[in-house]
Amino acid sequence: MVVTVEIQRKLDNFLLDINFHSESRRIGILGASGCGKSMTLKSIAGIELPDEGHIEVEGRTLFDKNEKINLKPQMRNVGYLFQNYALFPTMTVEKNIAAGLKGSKREKEARVREMVEKFRLQGLEKRLPGQLSGGQQQRVALARIMAYEPDMILLDEPFSALDMYLKDQLQRELAEMLADYEGTVIMVSHNRDEVYRFSEELLVIDQGKIAVSGKTKEIFRDPVSREAARLTGCKNFSKARRIDAHTVEAEDWGVTFTTEREIPEYTEYIGYRAHDFIPVWNTEQDGEDGAYNGDGSRCDMLRFNLESSAELPFEKNYYIKAGKTVCWFVQREKVRELEERGMPDYLAFDEEKLLFLK
Amino acid sequence: MEEIIQILKDLDWSPLFISLKTGVVATFISFFLGIFAARKVVKATPGKKAVIDGILTLPMVLPPTVAGFFLLLLFSRRRPLGEFLFEQFDFKVVQTWLGCVIAATVIAFPLMYRNARAAMEQIDMNLVYAGRTLGMSDTKIFWTVIVPTARPGIASGTILTFARALGEYGATSMLAGNIPGKTGTISQKIAMVIRDGDYLTAGIWVAIVMIIAFAVIFLMNLISGSKMKHIGRW
Repeated sequence: MVVTVEIQRKLDNFLLDINFHSESRRIGILGASGCGKSMTLKSIAGIELPDEGHIEVEGRTLFDKNEKINLKPQMRNVGYLFQNYALFPTMTVEKNIAAGLKGSKREKEARVREMVEKFRLQGLEKRLPGQLSGGQQQRVALARIMAYEPDMILLDEPFSALDMYLKDQLQRELAEMLADYEGTVIMVSHNRDEVYRFSEELLVIDQGKIAVSGKTKEIFRDPVSREAARLTGCKNFSKARRIDAHTVEAEDWGVTFTTEREIPEYTEYIGYRAHDFIPVWNTEQDGEDGAYNGDGSRCDMLRFNLESSAELPFEKNYYIKAGKTVCWFVQREKVRELEERGMPDYLAFDEEKLLFLK
Repeated sequence: MEEIIQILKDLDWSPLFISLKTGVVATFISFFLGIFAARKVVKATPGKKAVIDGILTLPMVLPPTVAGFFLLLLFSRRRPLGEFLFEQFDFKVVQTWLGCVIAATVIAFPLMYRNARAAMEQIDMNLVYAGRTLGMSDTKIFWTVIVPTARPGIASGTILTFARALGEYGATSMLAGNIPGKTGTISQKIAMVIRDGDYLTAGIWVAIVMIIAFAVIFLMNLISGSKMKHIGRW
């Protein structure tokens, strides 16, 4: 499947300007609320009208401002899964599934039966949406879309209204149900876990523009932009001063790194994920190489200067004073080690995990 | 007591039937016009919406006699439209039952329109969008999704419209007059017998009107109540 989207639209406080071209089957769009990601999806579906642009799905032009093409949503053949599922409240499950079907009564019935089986809705055919659980509603909504055989499916924050337990279950179900779907699926979300789990390719949107795009895993490993780093869950940022190709100072942390890999010239910030710190005890050992300040303290590590901490069910968060507060998240097993050995003297950085950001 | 039975025996029931007939026909017309108007207004741009809404709601806010004045102005046979209708189609509105229906419709219509509109505006726009992306035409979405979803509001609008049309007095008396057996509605009958000082007959008609009104309210609560079942009792 090939998808090309180029849209511009003036929104209240910024300009939405999205350009992408993709051949992936599973595309994720990650962005904070109000960044324009929903508007992008709605423009593809034809629910919203962009000011300028061109939208093409598998060689079929859905919208082109210059050529005055603007297919009605009815003609686009794009399925849209709404956050609240938008099931028709007065129709039974089978009527909902049949709502958009064309053809003879027999054909429709056969199609509905096929979908009911595929989405495990047997026994629920005569129920109204209000009588279904959240998971069942999602299955009906997907069945309704799939019955219609769309060229493309758009998922608009499909899990954001659910509690944690249900979320995980529905994510699994959704992946299962979409597994044999050949067309492109685009999922919009503000949740990094959902996107990481779902998409091969990722677009990160900030203030109406694409901040980064590329393979999902690649972006999580090297987000390049600060907004992308933040959205992918990075908690610690410092202003960076690039001294040379292998030396950089993290000004907010008072730490200088000497690295083996080359530091990109665009580096303005350094990011470091809260889970990636390495606790270090007693660094005055002889023979250990490393950089020291004039007073004998390490200058490539963070002095462990505890500000506060918070206990969570499966991990503990430590907040360290260092110009700007730094977060260190420690998993449960490691917390036990800390309790035995006492608090570390320093937090060390793993060079591989330093994020050099624009 | 015997007096009452005697009056009931001799009672001319025509006002009841004229009122009911007028109410039913006016409600029927208002029902479709009201839903149609509500749909148009819901889809209109904000500026247009304000103007059209104002015009459509006016008959509810103005005194019925003002509506009667305009209707007379329109349909009187001394006026161009009234003259034209009469000469071309032998169509008489003033002092006829048709006048009753038109007066009642004009006065009661806003209730239907407003209730239908309020109900439609509450509907989640995503339902409409979902319908469109599933390939349903806007007309199909309107009749199979919006109207059924807005049903409680539309139903209560219909009942209020009927009640209002049934009791219309001001505009009706001006446009249709009070011709016994022809345009003499219950409201006009009550006013007439009171003028003659016949409080007993007036009281009987008042009782009839109250029974109908109570039945209407009861019906309305029944309809809205069935929707609220899940909320539980206080």
